[in-house]
Amino acid sequence: MESLLQIFGILFLLIIGYLFGNYREKQHFKNIKQREKKVLRLSAASFGGQQVIATKVTETKLVVGSVVISIDYFKMISSMLRNLVGGKVIVYETLLDRSRREAILRMKEQAIEWQAKQILNVRLETVAIGGRFGGRLDPGSVEVIAYGTGVK
Amino acid sequence: MILTTLETVPGKNTIEHYGLVQGSTVRARHVGKDIMAGFKNIVGGELIPYTELLQEARKEAVERMEKQAEQVGANAVVNIRFATSSITQGAAELFAYGTAIKVE
Repeated sequence: MESLLQIFGILFLLIIGYLFGNYREKQHFKNIKQREKKVLRLSAASFGGQQVIATKVTETKLVVGSVVISIDYFKMISSMLRNLVGGKVIVYETLLDRSRREAILRMKEQAIEWQAKQILNVRLETVAIGGRFGGRLDPGSVEVIAYGTGVK
Repeated sequence: MILTTLETVPGKNTIEHYGLVQGSTVRARHVGKDIMAGFKNIVGGELIPYTELLQEARKEAVERMEKQAEQVGANAVVNIRFATSSITQGAAELFAYGTAIKVE
């Protein structure tokens, strides 16, 4: 009886995770696409320093954008199953994609607020933050930071 | 203090190099926030308290780096890089490093 309850519990969490997680992810992607259009005019380059910068620079500022995004229960279980057979883990690809885009967006928005002309030498960093149970079974969440130098 | 991820400060000449400066801080998670994050782990999505916590911690790491640069007499830190590592289950280390220089 108890094990049956446990299975129902897991199933319930799976369904909740799938429905809410998917819904939230879609909303987030929609939001990201909208905001990306707004920041399109500001270019961000991963080089800088040694190369000649097009405009004359008078001011520089460090701009940082960061975000921590948690996985949902469905993603966790499906990635565990994926681990058995190997291959592409699509549920994590979308998670990392949206985290990274969100971090870049936040960096760009900060730069636009400061009225930067360009962002140079952008670097991206991804860190896995452990979940409650630790280890491989519960990766918990990812943190992505994007940082660069805004120039005026 | 000029902070930049570039190798030089654009439009200014470097007078002197002082070498590497660094700042780091280790932050633990708040229990209450951790419980909320546990719920969030089921439905997914952004963990805003964590984002804020890490942002704040990173700011402190940068401030410590700045302080170190001030001590050696620099007025700019170039080629700044950030690194984060989760050392134990509940704590993360935020680390910022760069090269202290003096510009005109």
